[in-house]
Amino acid sequence: METLPTLNTAKTFNSQTVRADFPILQTEVRGKPLTYLDNAATAQKPRLVLDALDRYYAAENSNIHRGVHYLSEMATDAYEATRAKLAGMLHLPDPDEVIFTRGATESINLIAHGFTETILQAGDEILITHMEHHANIVPWQIACQRTGAELKVVPVDDDGVLDMEAFTHLLSERTKLVSVVHCSNALGTINPIKEIVAQAHALNVPVLVDGAQSVPHESVDVSELGCDFFVFSGHKLLGPTGIGMLWGRREWLERFPPYQSGGDMIERVDFDGTTYKAIPGKFEAGTPHIAGVIGLSAAIDYLDNLDRVGALAHEQALLKAATEKLSAIDGLRIVGTAPEKAAVISFLIDEIHPHDIGTFLDADGVAIRAGHHCTQPLLKRYGVPATARASFAFYNNFEDVERLVDAVVRMQRFFA
Amino acid sequence: MSDDRLQQLYQDILLDHNKQPRCYGLLEQHSHHAEGYNPLCGDRMELTLQLEGDRIKAAGFEAAACAICQASASIMAESLPGKSLAEVAQLEARIQSLLKDEEASDPETDGDFAALAGVSRFPARVKCASLPWHTFEMALKQASDLKSDPVA
Repeated sequence: METLPTLNTAKTFNSQTVRADFPILQTEVRGKPLTYLDNAATAQKPRLVLDALDRYYAAENSNIHRGVHYLSEMATDAYEATRAKLAGMLHLPDPDEVIFTRGATESINLIAHGFTETILQAGDEILITHMEHHANIVPWQIACQRTGAELKVVPVDDDGVLDMEAFTHLLSERTKLVSVVHCSNALGTINPIKEIVAQAHALNVPVLVDGAQSVPHESVDVSELGCDFFVFSGHKLLGPTGIGMLWGRREWLERFPPYQSGGDMIERVDFDGTTYKAIPGKFEAGTPHIAGVIGLSAAIDYLDNLDRVGALAHEQALLKAATEKLSAIDGLRIVGTAPEKAAVISFLIDEIHPHDIGTFLDADGVAIRAGHHCTQPLLKRYGVPATARASFAFYNNFEDVERLVDAVVRMQRFFA
Repeated sequence: MSDDRLQQLYQDILLDHNKQPRCYGLLEQHSHHAEGYNPLCGDRMELTLQLEGDRIKAAGFEAAACAICQASASIMAESLPGKSLAEVAQLEARIQSLLKDEEASDPETDGDFAALAGVSRFPARVKCASLPWHTFEMALKQASDLKSDPVA
């Protein structure tokens, strides 16, 4: 494929120059400059990703793994190279253990299917936490219904910190898997994965880490975390929607049966019986989201050229500034005050429902999320049906924080 | 800020109904009951109705919901007592057309309901204003537990 275009990102992080890489940040909504603070829902895309998608469809479009012609070979190479790129980014030992999926949700469903078919029996337990996204709750509920296994839940405290004493207590020889979110999408809490893995592995219990919210914020070293499965969604990592990945240790993936079946995942098909490809092919039935993979590849290239340590420090500075300014507002309460937090702020305002907050801020061009954030059990634990959530990315700036705070103050006056 | 647009949505009448909802509180004596829930945003409400024949005698609701939903519920509950089910069906059709901006509102004939017309410009919020009516329909379909259990 072509050589990469020159990037605006210098190796030393500069929040103003990175903004120029994201066309949508130059746009207006409702006649106001866009203040995009819904990054936990999905990230914006840099020009590099948009160009890669355009180039693929305009000049390189072809199916993979089946043509001997030029374009098909190019597409296959680009697709497979991305597997290796992902392995490199996450410090994974073997690219064949990287499976492309539609996103973190499908990744978890695939693993839950594998556990349902090969591991789980009545009396077994799956251990999750109270701060999981529905995507890391519902597949396990279904797995438990099908097998008679039981779902156990590690509680969180008032700040949104995982109760590690309870975790130790709940972990037992009955536990067949610990499935835990790395960074909470609703609260921002970053969980102590290494400690969780150490305790689980001491009892030979594998650990799945949902990295959907962690990979956008920091450069994650999965081998250092030590977990056995890791999943994330490309669209939260500057990539296209509909593409994500699952990494799992070979011994697990080889043990699991196919999740979907059909073309491309087979070795030999006969009416007497069919044999499957080795991993990763076994789990990638049908024509995959090739353009998505190519877009994700460009997103990784973009991040490779970004000073990620500087980007994280910038995000944390935004978090600190926004937390201080919002906390100073009368009647505003932040839900989720863990000491280890990503740049996510869930908040409530007396007498104003989060849904009204969302609409009011939108009129100021400020895009936030209002709702339950696909974490209904967690919000129930805090006694609220919904929160307003501002979530930051490295391309946000302090003006975005100011606009958020100003809009909140004006809104309070409006509803007073 | 697009103040005009927001003013259209959050008209004083709605803000008033939101702050001081009418018919708030569930009826102890009721013939119909339903819970409405919007999983998208978490709006939740409970509605009780006391029917005699096909006429609504009383209505009461409780809600943990946004201003639009709460105000819409309040305006609805206030308007129900005394109406026959046929009259309510007509009213509901009128409200739905206001919310979809199919007809212009008229404060003379629509009363407080006219204030809901501004919601039509906020497609994401139409569901909030509709939830009380969906709950009402559910209540009519589900006979209350209390009907067969006069002890409670």
